[in-house]
Amino acid sequence: MADLNVSVVSADQEVWSGEASMVVARTTEGEIGILPGHEPLLAILAGGEVRVTLPGGEKITANAEEGFLSVQSNSVQVVASRAELA
Amino acid sequence: MGAQLRVYRQKIKSAQTTKKITKAMELIAASRIQKAQARVTASTPYSRAITRAVSAVATYSNVDHVLTTEPESIERAAVLVVTSDRGLAGAFNSQVLREAEELSELLRSQGKEVVYFLIGRKAVGYFQFRRRPSERQWVGSSENPQFDLAKDVAEAVLEAFLRDASDGGVDEIHVVYNRFVSMMTQTPEVVRLLPLEVVEGVEEPDSTVLPLYEFEPDVETVLDALLPVYIESRIFNALLQSAAAKHAATQKAMKSASDNADKLITDYTRLANEARQAEITQQIAEIVGGADALVAKK
Repeated sequence: MADLNVSVVSADQEVWSGEASMVVARTTEGEIGILPGHEPLLAILAGGEVRVTLPGGEKITANAEEGFLSVQSNSVQVVASRAELA
Repeated sequence: MGAQLRVYRQKIKSAQTTKKITKAMELIAASRIQKAQARVTASTPYSRAITRAVSAVATYSNVDHVLTTEPESIERAAVLVVTSDRGLAGAFNSQVLREAEELSELLRSQGKEVVYFLIGRKAVGYFQFRRRPSERQWVGSSENPQFDLAKDVAEAVLEAFLRDASDGGVDEIHVVYNRFVSMMTQTPEVVRLLPLEVVEGVEEPDSTVLPLYEFEPDVETVLDALLPVYIESRIFNALLQSAAAKHAATQKAMKSASDNADKLITDYTRLANEARQAEITQQIAEIVGGADALVAKK
């Protein structure tokens, strides 16, 4: 299965970008996990951790505040006014 | 030394000192442009992502939002003027202020009242000197704008926008700022921020068809959350552009100041030499004249 193309972006810079096999984020509705092939989605983040699982199984955690998550054709964007790698 | 010569030498010295200062300022500004430009570039992924998301929501929903609907009658318009805190940047501030004046003139001719939001000490000074009122001012951080400032400004203008016109709220918000075009050109730009105009197509070079998004929790809430963020990012972009443009303008102004100092030094050196020669010639003439007189006496 194709990998996800993930980028974590904050207001003044791109915090992280790369390939991943899974992204878990907290939206206002609750936690959501995104795997490759997910339908296009636009969700509001509730703030908190965004966990990115790399293809190798490694995990990257980022803290994102006030932002949203957009998914379309295997590219995931976590956009937050403040975001940093934990 | 003759009086004339002394005056010229003094002028040369003063031009040289000034040149040292302007040269240093030119170099400082040049190094800051790079940094400011890098910040503009670094913030583009964010604004692109937001613009994209906003166009997605706007295309696939027919929701009327308070921020996108044109009010029936516009009583009051707000103008956000972005200037710098410091001068010595050529026409940088005056061109923005002139543009703002022209815009106000236009708005007034349409029967709208104009209120001002000012960023930068120069704009505040301009308004204070003319004893004109302004709604809010922000000073002290225009050289190196932080996102918090953009957030603060966005909050203030949104608050004014959402307030009723009878309460002193505004129905329209314009931004006037200097856009960084290149090292040599900075053009003043007027943008209407609110109500939002058609968002699609703006800053969207690839016109791929946007997919049908699933919204979480729902379209209205997503739009509610997105639009203020969009405004913030537009203001932040304007601030960064203005900061980069300011450094470029300073560099240009200081370069021409150094060039002028060079020219002055050359001109005065020539004059000083002339004066020196004239003095010598006169002294020789005096000596010769004196010697002749002595010879004639004998």
